[in-house]
Amino acid sequence: MAEPKCSQPKFLLRFGSLDTVKPKCFLLHCFEGAEKTVMGMPEVSQDLSSEMEVDAFRRLFPLRFFERHFVESVRPDARPLGKARDTVVNLGLVASADGSALAKIGSTTMLAAIRMEVMTPYKDSPEEGCIAVEFHMPPICSPIVRPGRPAEAAPVIAKRLSDTILSSGMVDLKELCLVKGKAAWMAYLDIYCLDADGALFDAALLSAVAAFSNLEIPVVALNNDGKIVTVTEEEEEEEDAAAMPEKEVVNKEKRKLKLANIPFSLTCILHKNYILADPTAEEESIMDTLVTVVLDMSDQIVSIYKAGGTFLAYSSAIKGCVELARQRAKELNQILGEMDID
Amino acid sequence: MSMDIDREDGRAPNQLRPLACSRNILHRAHGSASWSQGDTKVLVAVYGPKAGTKRNENPEKACFEVIWKPKTGQIGKVEREYEMVLKKTLQSICVLTVNPNTTTSVIVQVVHDDGSLLPCAVNAACAALVEAGIPMKHLAVAICCCLADNGYAILDPNKIEEQKMKAFACLVFPNSILSVLPEGSSLVEGEPAEHGIITSTTYGVMSVEDYFLCVERGQAASASLSAFFRKNFQQSQRDPSKP
Repeated sequence: MAEPKCSQPKFLLRFGSLDTVKPKCFLLHCFEGAEKTVMGMPEVSQDLSSEMEVDAFRRLFPLRFFERHFVESVRPDARPLGKARDTVVNLGLVASADGSALAKIGSTTMLAAIRMEVMTPYKDSPEEGCIAVEFHMPPICSPIVRPGRPAEAAPVIAKRLSDTILSSGMVDLKELCLVKGKAAWMAYLDIYCLDADGALFDAALLSAVAAFSNLEIPVVALNNDGKIVTVTEEEEEEEDAAAMPEKEVVNKEKRKLKLANIPFSLTCILHKNYILADPTAEEESIMDTLVTVVLDMSDQIVSIYKAGGTFLAYSSAIKGCVELARQRAKELNQILGEMDID
Repeated sequence: MSMDIDREDGRAPNQLRPLACSRNILHRAHGSASWSQGDTKVLVAVYGPKAGTKRNENPEKACFEVIWKPKTGQIGKVEREYEMVLKKTLQSICVLTVNPNTTTSVIVQVVHDDGSLLPCAVNAACAALVEAGIPMKHLAVAICCCLADNGYAILDPNKIEEQKMKAFACLVFPNSILSVLPEGSSLVEGEPAEHGIITSTTYGVMSVEDYFLCVERGQAASASLSAFFRKNFQQSQRDPSKP
């Protein structure tokens, strides 16, 4: 009796296929006239039973599934070990915000929006404005996040982002000053995670940086009561008449911030002797040793963050991560540069 | 190149503040310890293992829950970050498969913060876990290392030094091994096993070389901290009359 023409799952034989459509019912393998021909390999005919195990194998023995890929220096989504996923950045999507950006690294999607408000500066820094970072993980992003119960990771990522942005010196807070001691800008940066598929910090930092580069500071004027009001395009800019007799135009047009030392981050997984760049959520759930390296364009380390994990990080592993982060910083700088950002 | 940095309290750059560790101070807790480095003091209580794990946690392993209580003020993002770093550090040093489907609560109370708070808490948590009898692979020995503008690294900064310095790194290493095997027989990638970094958090911008300088200083300090741990644990062992 002739062997039924079966559809062989292509990912078994073509290693690391990008074809993510997995045939669900392996048992229905009598496709009439299927264009999916049997690959001409002798072992194929008896591998019908092991075919359906690939999906099950991935679920039951995830670590072994991944390790068998690492031996071939590749990952299940066909990426080489040190390569990050495709990255896309779009600017200016939220019209009501003063600056906004959407960053996608693979499937991980982050939407960042900045809103500027005038406030009185703190007494010990009268010439500086302020940046408040908030990171939200709404239930849409991941099945683990439920409404009413904020994700554990959210305040931690918010704090790390805030620390990174402030300590890297990307935004000179003095540029956010309006009137010394009396008025300064407070930038409320809100980042929404729309899809949490691993490497959340990297995507969030990228979206924050892109939003700052898209930011246009609104035009304001000092009115007679000494209060700052926003100016629409028709009104003219005025300075406080008592301080400066002639009209000095400060914010003639909406100005952009000058960004120095932009930080770029890369998260890596350490597993035995392998270093995997830019993990997906599946990889993060199986292998728990993550190292996040944040570099700026002058090759300085803004942050090396490793929190526990099964494997210890020796100098060679850290050096490997820093090297991968360097390459990634160049890639990201190019992506941002393509959008006419300095 | 032997220009010394002048530290306010007259310490050498490599010198730690006086360490003190008291264990078993809270009698209702299963394990407790207070650890102080100079004026920074942290009190940790461990309750557990208790039955059941929280949602979204793997029931085949033991689970840790860390609650960080600051000295004053409300719990905010800073405390949540400390909780997460401490939880992941403790998860990596404990043997999680011995008591599956259990939760161990670690409650950290900051008594006084004079710099190097996270390392102090990690050391205290370790001592409390030992006191509670939680199975561990090795201890976590934590140290904070600061970088001055002229490139010098100083260890165990107090609060004023932390704010003045351009960058600091908090590093956690496994404790040093006292072994009967010949030296060099347990090397991993050419480095002794205790030089691996369990946890590292940095603040401020530094160069790659500066970071590795901090790591090197931290590794040296972790040896003296491990010796302190060992002496402290052995002392109470020899004295059975102590409660």
